[in-house]
Amino acid sequence: MPDLGLEVLFKGKNLARLLGGLWTALRISLLSVAISLPLGVLLGVLMTRNNRFVKALLQFYLNFIRIMPQMVLLFIVYFGSTRAFGWDISGEAASVIVFTLWGTAEMSDLVRGALISIPRHQYESAEALGMSKSQTSLYIIIPQAVRRLIPLSINLVTRMIKTTSLILMIGVVEVLKVSQQIIEANRMSSPNAAFGVYLSVFLLYFFACWPISLLAGRLEKKWS
Amino acid sequence: MNWEFISKYLPLYEKAAWLTLKLGLLGIVLATLVGLLCAAVRYYRIPVLEGIVRIYIEISRNTPLLIQLFFIYYGLPKIGIRTDPASCGVAGLAFLGGSYMAEAFRSGLESVDPIQSETAYALGMSRSQALRFIILPQAAAVSVPAYMANVIFLLKETSVFSAVSLMDLMFTAKDLIGLYYKTTESLAMLVGFYLIILLPVSALGNVLERRLRYAGFGA
Repeated sequence: MPDLGLEVLFKGKNLARLLGGLWTALRISLLSVAISLPLGVLLGVLMTRNNRFVKALLQFYLNFIRIMPQMVLLFIVYFGSTRAFGWDISGEAASVIVFTLWGTAEMSDLVRGALISIPRHQYESAEALGMSKSQTSLYIIIPQAVRRLIPLSINLVTRMIKTTSLILMIGVVEVLKVSQQIIEANRMSSPNAAFGVYLSVFLLYFFACWPISLLAGRLEKKWS
Repeated sequence: MNWEFISKYLPLYEKAAWLTLKLGLLGIVLATLVGLLCAAVRYYRIPVLEGIVRIYIEISRNTPLLIQLFFIYYGLPKIGIRTDPASCGVAGLAFLGGSYMAEAFRSGLESVDPIQSETAYALGMSRSQALRFIILPQAAAVSVPAYMANVIFLLKETSVFSAVSLMDLMFTAKDLIGLYYKTTESLAMLVGFYLIILLPVSALGNVLERRLRYAGFGA
């Protein structure tokens, strides 16, 4: 059995430090999720309205955010905006801004997709039954749209958690940075620490995202 | 905007863009092969392999590429598996993309109603004829849009390659910002080159999607 460098994890507070690093990433993603979900719903509904100007503006925003790698967005906000506007933001704040912008764009597209996937005859039947516009939305459209939306938005949460691993690149001390510190500090005593520590980080991310994906899959099956 | 700076360092970005494209495309080709293999295993319900494929898909879809690359590049050498940065990047992309591609192909195959192949057999078609003329054309209508979305996703994911010291677009931009503090120019070129790479792919995806929408039967 080769030395897998797992013993480092149980030295001192290393495991707790790793978990702390993971929490930094999770906190940023959860905060961004909490802001992007309501904003995304709002923008998604706006996109189904027939205001040309609003639509063009939103389309531009959505397309730009979705075509750029998230890392480029992080660089634009963290390096670009601070230089251009002369303000000073921390890596964490920049991450929350970027993931909120991105999450809002993705969420609004999901909401738009859920809304336009509802067949026209649903609206027409409701009208034929004498329902008012707000009754139609409340009793007919929203319940159906929400069922399509929930599994997809849960998936978005796992995507955001996975993407927050990028914040390492703008200097936020998260789980990978902590790993590097631990590996560096134990270079002499356990030269193989890199294997054990990175394997643990890999598994930590997996066990953070997997249950959420399972839930999304299950809801999708149940409601489709 | 300092145009002199831009024209001076444009070739550097060009080189980096080629690296991004080359490794990205290689990774996408491999991911496609892995995806086809996995989708076939799941479609034909091959025992044992099906379980392995399932586990692979769950692991690959629920971990970020950056972590996968760190594990491959810094972790695996400790147990004797050494890779150079380029093959590490391609391997990571294939590992991540394989599962996304497999799901794209599988959703296409599963969208074809069983009655389609039954009808084909009733008409005297062989298995391979039914697959080629009846099932695959209909499956493609569902799979191709998802496939193109994955291609864009994987090309975007190459932006983390700089973490394993590959001199891609991100690496170049970060380097120039650090060296000359010409942030606006460096970022503008970065955005420009990603647009040059990604916009045509995205446009192609839209065209294909519009064309294939009519290929579905009865939809």
